[in-house]
This record gives sequence, C-alpha cells and structure tokens, in this order.
Amino acid sequence: MEKQLRTDFKKIIDSSNFSEKEIIKKEKYLNKFVQNGFPGKKNEDWKFLDLNQVIKSNIENLDYFNENIPNEVDPKIYVDGLEHNKIVFINGRIEKIDFKYEESDKFEMKDQFDSECLLDDVNSLVDLNSALTNKYYKIQVKEHYAVKKPVIIYSLTTSKISSKNINIRLDFDLKSNSSLKIIDYSIDKSENNFVNIVYNFNLQKDAILKNYKLDNEENNNIKYSYNNINLDTNSVAENFILSLGSSFIKNEINCNLNGKYSSAFVNGIFNLDNNKNHEIRTSINHLNENTKSYQLIKSVLGENTKSAYQGKIFVKSNAQKTDGYQLSKAILLSDNSEFNAKPELEIYADDVKCSHGSASGSLNQDSIFYLMSRGLNYKEAKELLINGFLLDVVEKITDNEIKNLIKNIMGLKECI
Amino acid sequence: MRDKQVQDLKEYKYGFSTDIDTIKAPKGLSEDVIKFISNIKKEPKWLLEWRLKAYNRLKVLKEPDWQKPKYPKIDYQDLYYYSAPKSFKDKPKNLDELDPKLLETYKKLGIPLQEQKRLNGIAVDAVFDSVSVATTFKDTLTKQGIIFCSISEAIQNHPDLVKKYLGSVIPITDHYFATLNSAVFTDGSFVYVPPGVRCPMELSTYFRINASDTGQFERTLIIADKGSYVSYLEGCTAPMRDENQLHAANVELVALDDAEIKYSTVQNWYPGDKDGKGGIYNFVTKRGLCQGNNSKISWTQVETGSAITWKYPSCILKGDNSIGEFYSIAITNNHQKADTGTKMIHIGKNTKSKIISKGISAGYSDMTYRGLVDISKNAKNSSNYTQCDSLLMGNKCGAHTIPYIKNKNSESNIAHEATTSKISEDQLHYCQQRGLNSEDAVGLIVNGFCKEVLQQLPMEFAVEAQKLVGISLEGSVG
Repeated sequence: MEKQLRTDFKKIIDSSNFSEKEIIKKEKYLNKFVQNGFPGKKNEDWKFLDLNQVIKSNIENLDYFNENIPNEVDPKIYVDGLEHNKIVFINGRIEKIDFKYEESDKFEMKDQFDSECLLDDVNSLVDLNSALTNKYYKIQVKEHYAVKKPVIIYSLTTSKISSKNINIRLDFDLKSNSSLKIIDYSIDKSENNFVNIVYNFNLQKDAILKNYKLDNEENNNIKYSYNNINLDTNSVAENFILSLGSSFIKNEINCNLNGKYSSAFVNGIFNLDNNKNHEIRTSINHLNENTKSYQLIKSVLGENTKSAYQGKIFVKSNAQKTDGYQLSKAILLSDNSEFNAKPELEIYADDVKCSHGSASGSLNQDSIFYLMSRGLNYKEAKELLINGFLLDVVEKITDNEIKNLIKNIMGLKECI
Repeated sequence: MRDKQVQDLKEYKYGFSTDIDTIKAPKGLSEDVIKFISNIKKEPKWLLEWRLKAYNRLKVLKEPDWQKPKYPKIDYQDLYYYSAPKSFKDKPKNLDELDPKLLETYKKLGIPLQEQKRLNGIAVDAVFDSVSVATTFKDTLTKQGIIFCSISEAIQNHPDLVKKYLGSVIPITDHYFATLNSAVFTDGSFVYVPPGVRCPMELSTYFRINASDTGQFERTLIIADKGSYVSYLEGCTAPMRDENQLHAANVELVALDDAEIKYSTVQNWYPGDKDGKGGIYNFVTKRGLCQGNNSKISWTQVETGSAITWKYPSCILKGDNSIGEFYSIAITNNHQKADTGTKMIHIGKNTKSKIISKGISAGYSDMTYRGLVDISKNAKNSSNYTQCDSLLMGNKCGAHTIPYIKNKNSESNIAHEATTSKISEDQLHYCQQRGLNSEDAVGLIVNGFCKEVLQQLPMEFAVEAQKLVGISLEGSVG
C-alpha cells in the first residue's frame, strides 16, 4: 500500500501547483497516514465498523490518483422542485459552480490553501484527505448576509472510475450574523470506490448553519464523511443525516461549542436493507457556559444490515448550565440485523443537565394488531408504523422546503 | 460536640494496622513463589499445574490500558504474594486457639467472630491478608449440607467440586489481572449449596489487608445447585498506608437450574488521604454464570473506598429464562477514581437483565460507568433495562457514562437511560428550611438518590451502607 501511496502522492504533487511549504505540510500528513493506515477494529472509534477490513475485502489495489479529466455536467441530475445554488463535483473534480441567486460580493468560493483550516490529530482518514486533496476550496459568507437559496453540493461518480480513492475538502467561513443552508447530495454510477469527504465550518457570532446530508442513492461505494464545526457565541448549527443508499458509510460530526449560548443539533435516520452497514458518530464538545445540544438518531434495520451510533457529549469544567440531550432508537426487522450503540457522557461540570437514552427492539405487536383491526393489512400497518417512527426525526428539520424535499425522497407522506 | 463527631467520621476509622508476626513468601513473582504458595497450602498437583499454566500465560499477556483512571506502573516484582499470621502455620482448630491480637482486630472492625455474641445469624468467613482466619456457624450450615469454608479447606476436603467449577466462569485464559489471580491466589471463600436448600442465614466474608507491600489475591467460588438460594455478603477494609496496594480478586458464581445467588459487596478499602496519597487499587474480576434454566444472579455493590476501583461484576445469562441484576452505588471523593459497571451477556432465550447504577462524585474525583449489554442472535425475547444516574458535587470532579449496547435479534428489547445532574438548590433549601444543616441535607438527598440500590441490600448491611454513604461525602459540600 505504501509504495502505491507514495507514487500516487508524487503524481498529485506533479500535476498541481503547490508551493514548497504546502508540499512539506502535505508530506507530513502523508507520513502520518502511512504510519497509522486505515482504522480498524482495534481503534475504539471504529469498533463497530472495521474500515480496514471493509476496504481490504471490497477494493483491490486502491488507487489514490485521479487523472484530471473534465466531465460534462448533465443538467438532468439536478434536484427538482427546489431553487438552489450548485456546486458540482464529478469524480472528485469540481466541474460547476453556480451561485446565481446570490450577491457575488457577499457569497464567494475561492481556491485557497489555508493552513489554519487543516485539521490536525483527528484521525488517519482526515490526514489522508489533507495529504491527497489537490484543491482546497473556501466558501465565505460575509457579515450580515443570509444566503437566499440553499446550496446543493452534488458529488457524482461516473462509471469510468473504480477502485479509486476520492478526496473532497471544503472549508466554510460564516462571518458574524450570516446564514447558510447546504445539502450534500451524492449520485453514484460507480462501484467500489472509497470516497473521503472532509468539511470544516467556522461559525462566527450569531451565524446559522443548516447542514443536510442525503445519501439516498443505492450504490456500492465506501464512504466516509467528517464534518468539523466550530461555533462562536450565539451561533447555531443544525445537522441532519439521511443514511440510506451506500453499502458502507460513516458520518462523523464534531461540534466545538466555543462561544456562550451556542447550540448544536444532530438528527439522523438510518433506513437500511440488504447487507448495508452504516454508522454515525458524533462528538459534541461543550466548552463554554450556557451551551445546548440535542441529538436524535433513529434506525430501521432490514435483512442483514448493521447500524451503529456512537455519540459523545463532553462537558468541560467551566461549561456550567450546559443542556445536552441524546436519544437513539432502533427497530430491528430481521433476525440478521444488528444495532450497536455507544452513547457516551463525559462530564466535568456540576451545574449541567445531561441525559441520554437508547432503546432498540422489534415493532410493537400491539400497534400492528390495532392497525390491522382497523382494516390495514400487515404490510400497510408495518409501513405506517415505520414511517411514523422516522417522520419524527424529519419533522425536526427547521427549513420547510428542505423538509418537504426530504419527505419526497423518503416517500413519506404526511397524514392529515 | 457535633464538630467532633464529624471529625471522627471524616477519618478512615479502619485505618489502623495490627502488629502481628507474619510468614511471607519471598518478594516478587516467579515460578518459585507460586510453588511456595502451593506448597505451604499443601495443594494437590493439579492445582499447582493449573497455577503454572496461568503464570505461563501471564508472561505473554499485556496489562490493559484502556481504562479511564490511569495509574503509575505497578512493579509486580516488588510485591509479596503471600502473607499469613505466623500462628497460622498450623491452622487453629477453633477460636480459642486464635491469636488474641487477631480477635482484637476483628473486634475493632466490628466483626464478631465469637458466634454466641451474635444475635442474628450471619455466618462469617474472615480473611486476613492471604489466609482465612475463621469461619463461624459452620455446624448450623453443615446440618443442611451447605459447605461454607475457606477455599483452601475446600481444595483439601472437596477437591471434586473445586476442580469442576474453579475457572469455569473466569478461565485462566482471561484478562491480565484475572490470570494473575489464577496464578497466585491465596485464599478466599467457598460456598456450595446443595439442591433444593435455601440457605438459612446470610453468608459473609470479611477481607482485611494488613501487611504492607502485599497484594491480596483472593478467590471466591460460589455454587448454587438446582433450586437452591444463597445470599452472600462481602466487606473489606485496609490500614492507612502511604503506598498503593494492589487487590486483584476473582469471584466466580455458578447458578444451576432454578437457583438464585445474591451477592452484595460493601467495599471500603482505604481510599488514600485527602491529597490522593496511598490507597488500594481495587482491580477485581467478578463474574456470574447463570448456567441453568430459570436461574438468577443479582449483584449489589456499594463502592466507597479504594484509590482506584476498576471492576465490572458481570452476568452470563446462558440458561433460558435466566435473570441477571446489577445494583450499584459508587461514591468517589477527594482524589479517588472509579471505572465500574457491569456486563450482561444474553445467550439463552427469554433472558432478562436490569442495571441500576448510581454514581456520585465529589472533590477532585473521577467516576466512570462503563457497561455492556450484548443480546446475541439466539437470545430471543430477551430484554434489558438500564438506568445510570450520576450526581456531581463541584466542578473539579468528573462523571462519565460509557455504555456499549449491542442488539442482534429482532425480538429483544433494550432500553437505556442516563442522567447527570447536581443536587438541586431547591431540595437543599427545603431541607435546610426544616432545620437540617447542609451536611445532613445532602446526606438525606443522596440517600434518597441511592434508595433503589440500598433497598437491595440485606437489612443490616443497608443501615451500615447508608451511614457509609453519608461518611464518604462528609466535607464535600460546604
């Protein structure tokens, strides 16, 4: 692996124009990754999903270098029924940026290497991403500007690639009193690639971020996404993860509540069938007074599926008056399905309100009986109960347009 | 008057040491020391081989390091693995032959070894450093066919039972400290309750570490045969010493069909002084096997002592319809650290488990609940309920909850709840308004917080435990 990695790294450096300083930095990250490799079961954070094993058994000869071939963007892929700005990645290469709804001096995207935004000491996959991304994009929202329409970040893979490692890196800078809505939307026509996406958000005072991640298309890729969100005073980050389509995906969200009165929300849905293995790992760090966090994760598990939720609430000793809540629930539909949870609290302050709950089990037979006695057949009753179970999470979305989009994607209809 | 009382309570009243002649094994851990222990206890050959097998495995094992409380490396060659009062070279036949100093020690600790002085019947097995000193009420128990003696005696008198069950729950291939114990264990209690017998009294072991530089490695084995019931209590203290002492015990419980074992611990090892100097490292492996159908094992623990407590009393629910329970209060104050919890491993059908854990941390202490609930594929229709609450006093201490929850079949239910909070100002105000001073008010509220667990203890112990809860927190609220 190491030989391949080094030659591919050289190819990436040769084909881009990094400064000497940047190359030294990148080499440092590469060496760190070479040293640690893909995380496996021995790593506590990867206990439930052994990535090293998954990559070994699914991808032969992982290739880290992507040739820079432009691809045509097919407008058919765009999401219908929602006016939005677009950023389109095809096979990890940016193909289209379209911010037609916004004022260009208030909202911009720059190709800029900013060494401050590099994330050190997170895990080996972020190191890999830092070493191998050939472009860093920085998206900036200026003071007092609310981005009018949501930005959809399309990440496409075409059938041309296979056994590739794709790295995408974006930095977001939300100046004070600004707001931004983004939607991650992936469309995969490829198989057996490893996609590694790292976002870094900096929210200044009073900024609002709404961050939605949709993984709804069936595909055979292995995906990892890491989002780091730093929150200043009174800022809000709302996150929603829809985990449906990929065969393996792990979403990690790390929130640092640095400022007073800042809050973070993470809601997620797993709805899995045939052999999928998904995980969400969150860590919410309460680092200042009067911060708030709320997490709700629900999962429905079909034949041969596995989902895991690792959520951690950390409260620093000066973060008094913290309010932290975390709930994970799972319905297991098959005897071959498995739900693992590790809801963790690490608390060093006394005047806090922190709690978590976790429940897993089968569909409630009484409820099914009730519905069937009202004339529904078994399948309908089951569907109704599952939809109701998941709708609870979707309803937490504060943006109505996006909520409806997600409901459409999931095929959930509201009962009137 | 009251101040004096408080002062008395604040001090660890079991901190004295007894000056008594002891026989010790040579310092350090080696094959010779294991042979020495085996020899002095006149053990059969199979047991020596068993110990050596464990020792050989120990050589390749690594000490685990994933726990939250970190501690300086223990030098295993700088410990005594066997220490016994000299007068024990030939075990005294009855209490009259016992060294009066020993009797005095136990009197001071409030453990009467003289049966006649006891009003209600609790049979006691007292373990002093490495050996069992005395076992009371033997006759009454023997009449019912119950075997309650030190494990050394059991090895001599009931080798078949020991051979069959020793290591059946905690094998010698287990983790580092359990294997260490298997290699060098010195004494402990042995209980066998024959089929259909309900043990008429509480059985109890009292552990005391006296000698310095000594590790205590006791081994307890309790077997409840079909349809029987036994309730077992365990208490521990140690003198105040500046160095840390290691206590690595193994406790194995086996419950056959329809049997029930109730195991209660009040752990009050020396916790170290105010600045965290000294104290016991309590690294104990406790595991119960519900082997038979409809069997039940219930752990209750009140953990107030030790510099570091690191243990997870577990239940393996192998038999169908078996039940596992875990009730725990863990209190840390000053610089104490605890990483404790339980494991419930559901294997049989219709198995049920319940976990109630209450953690209280004050001062500069650190407390972690770590637990595992694992429902395997075949454990159809199983259920688990977990509740762990933590109470924090001050912002210099920490309270952590790390549960691992694994559900592998669609017919089982797991519910887990955890909360962390502090004593509310309102409650304190209410109590103080009614004339309680702040310490009493805190004591009352904490006792209420712990009530669910205290209720599980046998009556006599419950009173003591309640007091202990109050004492451990003295001075933490001001």
